Amino acid sequence: MRLIKGYPVSLKEKEFHYCPGCTHGLAHRLIAEVLDELEIREEAIGVASVGCSVLAYEYFNCDMQQAAHGRAPAVATGIKRVHPDKVVFTYQGDGDLASIGLAELIHAANRGEKITVIFINNAIYGMTGGQMAPTTLPGQRTSTSPAGRSSSETGFPLKIAELLSTVEGVAYLARVSLHDPAHIVEGKRAIKTAFEYQLAGRGFSLVEILAACPTNWGMTPLKALEFVRDEMLKVYPKGVYRRLEK
Amino acid sequence: MRVIVFIKRGALLMKRLMTGNEAIAEAAIRAGCRYFFAYPITPQNEIPEYMALHLPEHGGVFLQAESEIAAINMVYGAAGAGARVMTSSSSPGISLKMEGISYIAAAELPCVIVNVMRGGPGLGGIQPSQSDYFQAVKGGGHGDYRLLVLAPASVQEAAGLTAEAFVLADYYRNPVLILADGIIGQMMEPVTFEDIKPGENIAKPWATTGARGREPNIINSLYLDPEELEEHNRKLFRKYEEMKESEQRAELYRMEDAELVLVAYGTTARIAMTAVDMAREKGLKAGLVRPISLFPFPERIIRSTIRQSSAYLAVEMSMGQMVEDLRLAVNGERPVYFYGRTGGVVPTAEEILERIEILAGGYEGCA
Amino acid sequence: MKESILIAGFGGQGIMLLGKLLAYTAMQEGYLVSMIPSYGPEMRGGTANCIVTIADEKIGSPVAAHPDTVIIMNQPSLERFAPAVKKGGRIFVNSCLVRKGLDKIVQRELITVPANRLAREIGEERAANMVLLGAYLARNRFLKMDSIRESLREFIGKKGERLLALNYRALELGANI
Repeated sequence: MRLIKGYPVSLKEKEFHYCPGCTHGLAHRLIAEVLDELEIREEAIGVASVGCSVLAYEYFNCDMQQAAHGRAPAVATGIKRVHPDKVVFTYQGDGDLASIGLAELIHAANRGEKITVIFINNAIYGMTGGQMAPTTLPGQRTSTSPAGRSSSETGFPLKIAELLSTVEGVAYLARVSLHDPAHIVEGKRAIKTAFEYQLAGRGFSLVEILAACPTNWGMTPLKALEFVRDEMLKVYPKGVYRRLEK
Repeated sequence: MRVIVFIKRGALLMKRLMTGNEAIAEAAIRAGCRYFFAYPITPQNEIPEYMALHLPEHGGVFLQAESEIAAINMVYGAAGAGARVMTSSSSPGISLKMEGISYIAAAELPCVIVNVMRGGPGLGGIQPSQSDYFQAVKGGGHGDYRLLVLAPASVQEAAGLTAEAFVLADYYRNPVLILADGIIGQMMEPVTFEDIKPGENIAKPWATTGARGREPNIINSLYLDPEELEEHNRKLFRKYEEMKESEQRAELYRMEDAELVLVAYGTTARIAMTAVDMAREKGLKAGLVRPISLFPFPERIIRSTIRQSSAYLAVEMSMGQMVEDLRLAVNGERPVYFYGRTGGVVPTAEEILERIEILAGGYEGCA
Repeated sequence: MKESILIAGFGGQGIMLLGKLLAYTAMQEGYLVSMIPSYGPEMRGGTANCIVTIADEKIGSPVAAHPDTVIIMNQPSLERFAPAVKKGGRIFVNSCLVRKGLDKIVQRELITVPANRLAREIGEERAANMVLLGAYLARNRFLKMDSIRESLREFIGKKGERLLALNYRALELGANI
């Protein structure tokens, strides 16, 4: 027997607190593998946000700062300006990034801050118990849209990748999904590309990851992945939304 | 402004005529500040403008943030990354920064914050005020924490305290707030920077600099276990106790035989000084204690004047905030009166003199 | 010895420049000084004023409810500030723009200076502030005309020889009032 993949050095050997079927653990692992492969763990400074991934600093085996809700891109800006030679990334959910932190996100992107943002879009607030997010799908039931999200009352799914696609400071922008192995491979490639863009000093990079939240969606892990595939991908098409060529 | 050299009473001094805002910025640069993040607001705009012009000359970074909220979080990031960093704003902008300040205090990051106060509440006005005292000295944001708060009363002192603030911030691993008012920010006075040297660079082994050859560093303020958070808060408060022990500062003016003791800080103290002079000309034994540190409040210095004093008169550009700390310090042993103007109205020496005269006449309840 | 001088007029009349010039020159002469400008929207076209304090001892209050001297460059400023001037104080008035209310001034010395007209005569009406400054300098205890001229040279810089000469001329016209 031959070991083809070990535990990434960039992840601490600590058990995740995430729910069964949650995509966070997978996303963490992919980032850690990329840090390993690019050999940048010791150069990396991550910024954890507020949401289910608030404890990300306990999992990534690199320097970390925990940021206030939505402010990770501003915190990352401060770090990167002090250490332009280091690799700075944020890890943010959709409540954090697409709701309370939209201003910090757009302006960091517009300044072309040489940081990488990993954006987990699971269409719901996880940590606070399943409230509606700006990314919640029309008709989707949450604890604060018990009858299903009504677009006439509460608006439409906010499409971050599309929104940022016109922002000139953005060097690389992609949306991926992690609902099956083929997409996971694709997702990891996007994450790696985003970090490579930062390493090359090209500008701001962001990967939006469509993720499952079985607990707050009230689904089995398998059903939740199907929901990502059948419902989320329709509203949030995957693809590369912006990519500066050399 | 240009540098000139002049000799007075044998002292050779390089003096420049500068606004308080410019002097704060220059002092920060000389103290080794190399990162500055802020958002425009009157009456402190000369600080970011000066930084935008001069920080790059020193290899530093000036960045105009998209909001005060972003600015203070950039400060959090940069301070966590080990840099000497500053932000400045005025009252409504400081309110916006309070979230970030609470995080910075909790994560024990050193930085300097300047508040050039204007009238409030709400959008208020743009004229000088001291109505952010409570916000400054009682924490301001959520949670159990304190800032070290210093209040300059001249352009020279604004420069000196700003420079020192960086040293204190590093030493205590705590944000230091320079609490000035619109007059201190806008006023031009001669200032010399000769005594201002970059403080020694304290090692910051806790900073996020990339975990090369060491365990990862984590900058954090989350403690989900209540006992851990309590322990953390107790640790913070041991630090604040040390500040109370070591950092109480005040200037005494004509206090040798003073019986009526005025207490005022910042611009108001300058005006009170003139009022004390006017009272003395009338034979009234007035004196002034001018707090320079607002947190820690110079309790010990106030207490040392109780024996000689018959009463205290707090004068502020507010409806009465510092007076509460004065009352705590005096602890009921002498009457404490208050006189204040608010909303951007600056009290005059004549108004203060009137209060002194009433008190000297033995009237009660003159506030 | 201490003097507080309030200068007031429209934004754009060079009020702040006069204030800075006085404060800077006094500093060079070894005095203690402070200068407080009005700030905010007033700067941009409304009324502007500043208060300069010159002293040979530590300056307490940098603001003065009753200034020793005022230099008034427009009508609204006369109405606002002249009543505040200390009894026995001096009021310098730009009589080209201030016509009403001069008769109400009592117990203070009134010096009227047709500043705009004199400045116009030397071809630069914007130098009206310098004419008023000249009138003030001829009657003050602290500052010498030569020191102000030296500061002006520093303020204007080498490139402005013509401008400098014009300002010197305006100062002189004012001093001769």
